[in-house]
Amino acid sequence: MAKNWWKIAGILLVAYSIVGGFLIPVPEMPILNETIRNTYFHIPMWFAMMALLTYSLFNSIKFLSGFDLSLDNKADQSVQVSLFLGALGLLTGMLWAQFTWGSFWTNDVKLNGTAISLLTYFAYVILRGSIEDENRKAKVAAVYNIFAWVMMIVFIMVIPRMTDSLHPGNGGNPAFGSYDMDNTMRAVFYPAVVGWILIGAWITNLKIRIKNIENKQNYA
Amino acid sequence: MPRIYKALMSALFLFWANLISAQSVEMADGLRSDGKIYVVVLVLLIIFIGVVVYLFSIDKKVSKLEEKVK
Repeated sequence: MAKNWWKIAGILLVAYSIVGGFLIPVPEMPILNETIRNTYFHIPMWFAMMALLTYSLFNSIKFLSGFDLSLDNKADQSVQVSLFLGALGLLTGMLWAQFTWGSFWTNDVKLNGTAISLLTYFAYVILRGSIEDENRKAKVAAVYNIFAWVMMIVFIMVIPRMTDSLHPGNGGNPAFGSYDMDNTMRAVFYPAVVGWILIGAWITNLKIRIKNIENKQNYA
Repeated sequence: MPRIYKALMSALFLFWANLISAQSVEMADGLRSDGKIYVVVLVLLIIFIGVVVYLFSIDKKVSKLEEKVK
């Protein structure tokens, strides 16, 4: 159990964010009303996705200096889990948008940006599937992964800040400023982010280990 | 004893009424005090705990397989 502490930590943090996210008072804002509580559940999906994609990037770079296939497996599995989290983020975001901005999909830069980044990573998965040879696949995927990560940062973090966006923290002003969140909200939001990153890491860890077992069985 | 009970109830009710009347923006404060929002929180917690228990059981199975393949 000692080496499982981070899984327990993730569970406790997310459980806290579920209880606190519903029961702790939030700022009263027109249009948003109670949906402001989505902040505790929708945004951590994106943070967890980006954390896993960054983990994937590090593994891809490490892979390129030594060509250890187990590193490539780590990069591959974390991209898959992050795509899942990104899909959840997109779906929850669409639902939220319908009831606050009035449409499931607006032409907001951040929406289109995340859609493009998700497609970039879908291409990563397709690219992997299209190459037969394990070593070649790993090398091409690792190089592509670096490109995809840079694109993701440009589309999610850079471009939305350069134009106007419906999302808070875009169009010049830094994210999570005092207009978007007060301190009681931060006390729930940041634990939720850390918790979901840990849960995402746990699922990734399971997938990596399962794939390792499969590989061992195939080559044994 | 019943008088204390009564006083307590009225204090609670006043607190609740205060919560509702003080809002200009419509929020679910009434929901939280007596609208059974706790039930929703518990349902979500049960689902989350269920998923977590499931994750732990997968984790255990994977560990066992790792032992076998090693």
